[in-house]
Amino acid sequence: MKENNVVIEFENVTKYYPLYHTFIGIKNFLFNLPQAIYDLRTRKFCALNKISFNVFKGETLGIIGRNGAGKSTILGLIAGVLKPTNGKINVYGNVVGLLELQAGFHPDLTGYENIILNGILLGLTRKEILQKVDQIIEFSELKNFINQPIRTYSSGMLARLGFSCAINIDADIILIDEVLAVGDIEFQKKCYQKIEDIKKQNKTIVFVSHDLDAVKNLCSRVILLDRGEIIKDGDPKEVVEVYKKSFT
Amino acid sequence: MKSRYYFDLITELVKKELKVRYKNSVLGYLWSVLSPLASAIVFFIAFKIVIKLKIENYVLFLISGLFCWQWFVNSVLASSNLFLNNASLIKKVNFPRDSLVYSMVLSDALHFVLTIPVIFLFIVIYKQKFSVYLLFLPFVILAQFFLISGISLIISSINLFFRDLERLVLIFTNLLFYLTPIIYPESMVPQKYKVFIYFNPMAHFVILYRNIFLNNRFEYQNFVIGSLITLAIFFVGYKIYKSLQWKFAEIV
Repeated sequence: MKENNVVIEFENVTKYYPLYHTFIGIKNFLFNLPQAIYDLRTRKFCALNKISFNVFKGETLGIIGRNGAGKSTILGLIAGVLKPTNGKINVYGNVVGLLELQAGFHPDLTGYENIILNGILLGLTRKEILQKVDQIIEFSELKNFINQPIRTYSSGMLARLGFSCAINIDADIILIDEVLAVGDIEFQKKCYQKIEDIKKQNKTIVFVSHDLDAVKNLCSRVILLDRGEIIKDGDPKEVVEVYKKSFT
Repeated sequence: MKSRYYFDLITELVKKELKVRYKNSVLGYLWSVLSPLASAIVFFIAFKIVIKLKIENYVLFLISGLFCWQWFVNSVLASSNLFLNNASLIKKVNFPRDSLVYSMVLSDALHFVLTIPVIFLFIVIYKQKFSVYLLFLPFVILAQFFLISGISLIISSINLFFRDLERLVLIFTNLLFYLTPIIYPESMVPQKYKVFIYFNPMAHFVILYRNIFLNNRFEYQNFVIGSLITLAIFFVGYKIYKSLQWKFAEIV
């Protein structure tokens, strides 16, 4: 941890995605060799363009913007699954990303087995996840189904299991990508409550959502992105207003 | 701490593979024996009964090569789509991706180890002796593990970028099967084609296994050459994986 409490640093970060059109497949690649090499060099999609921002310890940062604005790319960069094309990123502390509903879950394994597997994939040792497993089951309210293979679960139950896994792992930085919209209202409330608790523990949350009310209520700061650039960064209410206006 | 985590990750992934494979089939274990045994029967009919090849203990001869080949080919074929099948995970979580490869090869290795008693059974049926060199089996298996992991790292990484590599792999493994002395002894290969055996790491392993099971011999030369080729392949595979792994999340 740095002294000034910065936990995430983005410095002039640019991210290009190559457009792998002709590239996919040896046959196409060899038969269209000049075209393929040309494409590879020139056809790029700019997802983030020279972005700089800092996130401080204890902040709950919301990121909003249209589809394709670069929100998920930022999460990917923080999680370390993507590498920036240019610029520097520093992340201090361990990061846990909320998985997509079924990422890392295997339908034939039971809920319990999936919790263990998921915890390990999220970076815990076996011992650590075994200490947390009861807490996770408790939170998910799936005790009666925990020894059933999860292919028998409804999508709401799957979402609960996924959320419970990620939220109960003591990470310094938690990334949440649009997963709260599932589950019934009761469970959603519980999730928001849990997020409030985590905020009190002075942990950092980065939250990507299209649910503007949730963003306004949960976040202490919001960044509005458009086509890979930061349009506005600051107070949640103001930024959400700017975003809403851009549609009219 | 780091190695502890790595250990847990791989054991947990192997457990998952085994559970998934056996949960849906009662016959579970039998399937991993049945398929190479069936090919053994086919080759026995073709080469012993029809062509009347003069090789003693032909079934034992066949399965001593077929079982380890089965491990090789299962893992290598599965490696093509390994990362694609775990796409959602790769996109979201920053875990060491190569653990997927090792755990896959390891679970196939366990299947191979479980088939070895069948070979023992045929040793008894053919009234052969159990060799002391059976004690060296773990080293041969370990070396083969690295060979298969190396090849799987190459194929699984590159297949993300060239998705039709999978088809080439299928053709290539088919060819390699007949270039490996599994259904014939290496002594029958004409001198000028011996080079195919010399540079084929699987040939060295098949020869090693066969001599341990059938001839009460440990072929040090094959072990050394096979291991050296294995090291080279694993090194190349790991390098390729390392240099491409940053692009995985973009492309899956």
